[in-house]
Amino acid sequence: MSKYILRHDEANCIGCEACEIHCKTNKNLGPGAKPCKIISVGPVAVDGKPRMRFVFMPCFHCEEAWCAKACPTGAMQRREKDGIVFVQASLCVGCKSCIAACPWGTPQWDPATRKVVKCDFCMERVDAGLEPACVTKCVTGCLSFGVANEAPDPRRERYAREIVAESMSQS
Amino acid sequence: MSSAMAPNVRGVAAPGRRTVFSICGMCAVRCPIEVTVEDGRVVWIQGNSNDNAMGASLCAKGAGAIPFEYDDERPQTPLIRTGPRGSGQWRRASWDEALDYIAEKLRETIEEFGGRGVALTDRGGPFADLTKTFIQALGSPNYGDHDSSCGRNAHNAARSLYGCGRAAITFDIKNCKHMVLYGRNITESFKVKETKDFMAALAKGMKCTYIDPRASITACKATRYWQTRPNSDYALNLAIIHEVLKTEVYDKDFVEKFVSGMDYLREAVKDTTPEWQEQHTGIPAAEIRAFVAEIAKDAPNVIFHPGWMVARHSQSFYVSRTTLILNALFGAVETKGGCIIAKTPEEVGAKGLKKLVDRVPKVKEPRADGAGTINPQWDPAAGMVHQLYHAIETGQPYGVGAYFAYRHDPLTALPDADAIKKAWDKLKLLVAIDVRYSETSWYADVILPESTYLERANILTQNAGPRPNFGMRDQAIAPRFDSRPAWWIFREILRRMGKGEALDFETIEELWDYQLEGTGVTVAQMREQGFISLAPSAVITPRDKLKFKTPSGKIEIDSESLKKANIPSLVPCQVREATTGNQFTLLFGRSGIQAHGQSFNNPLLNEIAPEQVLWMHPSRAKPLGIADGDEVEISGGGRYHAFIKVKVTPWIHPEAVFMLHGYGATVPLATRACGLGVADQRLQHGKLYDYDKAGGGNNMTETIVSIKPKAKGGAK
Repeated sequence: MSKYILRHDEANCIGCEACEIHCKTNKNLGPGAKPCKIISVGPVAVDGKPRMRFVFMPCFHCEEAWCAKACPTGAMQRREKDGIVFVQASLCVGCKSCIAACPWGTPQWDPATRKVVKCDFCMERVDAGLEPACVTKCVTGCLSFGVANEAPDPRRERYAREIVAESMSQS
Repeated sequence: MSSAMAPNVRGVAAPGRRTVFSICGMCAVRCPIEVTVEDGRVVWIQGNSNDNAMGASLCAKGAGAIPFEYDDERPQTPLIRTGPRGSGQWRRASWDEALDYIAEKLRETIEEFGGRGVALTDRGGPFADLTKTFIQALGSPNYGDHDSSCGRNAHNAARSLYGCGRAAITFDIKNCKHMVLYGRNITESFKVKETKDFMAALAKGMKCTYIDPRASITACKATRYWQTRPNSDYALNLAIIHEVLKTEVYDKDFVEKFVSGMDYLREAVKDTTPEWQEQHTGIPAAEIRAFVAEIAKDAPNVIFHPGWMVARHSQSFYVSRTTLILNALFGAVETKGGCIIAKTPEEVGAKGLKKLVDRVPKVKEPRADGAGTINPQWDPAAGMVHQLYHAIETGQPYGVGAYFAYRHDPLTALPDADAIKKAWDKLKLLVAIDVRYSETSWYADVILPESTYLERANILTQNAGPRPNFGMRDQAIAPRFDSRPAWWIFREILRRMGKGEALDFETIEELWDYQLEGTGVTVAQMREQGFISLAPSAVITPRDKLKFKTPSGKIEIDSESLKKANIPSLVPCQVREATTGNQFTLLFGRSGIQAHGQSFNNPLLNEIAPEQVLWMHPSRAKPLGIADGDEVEISGGGRYHAFIKVKVTPWIHPEAVFMLHGYGATVPLATRACGLGVADQRLQHGKLYDYDKAGGGNNMTETIVSIKPKAKGGAK
């Protein structure tokens, strides 16, 4: 895996799909390819209340990236310094082997360039000390990015707070 | 400058990279944004993080600005109709030709009807000084906004109680402990800053009670969800107030000092017990009691939201009124964590912008829609658009022969397009000014393409608030097509009508200088951050200085102004029969990616537009033989009927069905939106002139639709 983590805090997500458009406009993509995607399911009943489930699907940036192994031209690569998996467009011949190889369907086909495009954590932004487009402009701040283990995890804190609040309301 | 040239701000096409602070135009919320331009092309847009509440955040619609800008499916030159209205037969025209054509028709109209025979509607907001100036310069009082199909009931309710409009009631969500939302879908029909505050407050432990026959995403975030019967929120409020008074949990000190009409209120709710409301809402009495006790603990850090889109039913005005009364009862007015009344620049010791409208003589004619005259309880500053159409159709109280729809699409926004067209057919001139092919533009006589908000500058905005400010929409790039900014379009028409002095500015900078005169603020300062705050922090008026802008200076439960208009301040609750069989109450709403009908032709927003489905409760679907995913025929009793897929779910009240609004466009040149989905407003048959008399809003959720399962094909 890459040294980074792109975290999605579902409790704070409203499924507004702004991340998808931020991603696509930053990569200058038209209709077709969706390097990241929010999947919304629901409402479902949780303890009698309606709840929506939101799943954020960017790329996992695998340590052993099957997409890179499947690529016959070396276009799909894993960056040594930080593990970001990316496509070098000039080498991509559009064979779609990576799309077939990825267990999650992450690499996307761009009908305009007839090549593959995928989430690369907006690495030109990361290299400039910025965050990926989806994180930078997320409406609620439910997306966060950083070096894994260094970025605080909102879920642990919230869990602790909920437990304390519960024990106080019972006492 | 020749009238044929587009008036760009200086240096707009300069090479290199620059940042322009501006105001988003992808919906009517108008968030502050930061636009990065490289060699004359927009490459990045984010929230204007000079505004702490905004940060860099931007919603999907705001992000859709780039694909919208570089899409060619929008009016590119002025168009003049050549065939019958709505036939889609046009010829291209130069600006001079189109504007001369409009001026000639205006002269004919004014000759027959007088200056008052010209009307204009837009979507209100901070730029209306320009449109009001235009219409008054022509000698007409008939400027109006879109709001009869949106927040007008809440607006007029707020005026009768607090003495200010609904926009002047702001919410300190960050410090709130319990927020109560009556179908105010704050996470889908959202304003970025408000949504951010809301989600941050929930994460910090704020409670939220959400009331809606359908479980929206906001219901899914709320700590309490009440699936009420459709249009039963007034009964709910009467019972809540009954319980509040009975248990004496209201803020007696605040009520004593700042509220009048408590005896009137006691009388109105004396029988509306929590048990009584069960038959109307379906919510158990015990839950009302628990709710009131819980709210009382958190008061005054509670907010009862009076609503945004409240053009729902014939008592929606009274829903907003009782909601605002609840804030007053809990002392949640002009306090941290509650409602805060907006301040004008003058109220914080600053000087406001110089108004353009002061350059033209005041118009003494009564309004054609009766706001402020026939209906004194309606705000004459904003009008009542359906009654304008009634005047166009009937010539009463007087005739109106020319109508400008400026960035307003009544054929999508208001009920019953056929009824609207029937009224419009009486017009000598119908002009649509827009950045896109709206349904209305396609029916117009002339389409004037306004430059997009990235390609134009607007007049400066003055925004009242806890911390009032001035804002700037600056021009980021040169127009891609033969379009013009609004201030130029209105100036050119006025010049042709011999009224040019009203907007006699050669450049937008000259106009801005006029607006800023005497404020001590310069255009250069405005450009530094995109806005200027007029107070160092939010201003809350101390209790000893608190006074409301009502006749008595108090929050008037028994309103003086309503009495004068012969409108009761509160009314008994209307009994609503349950729908049965294949009949349902039609509810509508929108998702976070859309601004009503204007998003669906956007290449990227169209791609992620949710499939429009009809929510239906299993207990009603089953007897009709309808399964999840089935297609059904839906009809509202008029000429229009359509097919739609059903989502069978318990998260809609059995008496109602729900669909997203804004679909079903018909303009062939907007190829992505055309034919996509079903137009709920066209199912609202007969609802154009069906409105809440007190507040004026259309009764859109009183629409009853019939559902017919689509005949299933037999085996071959």
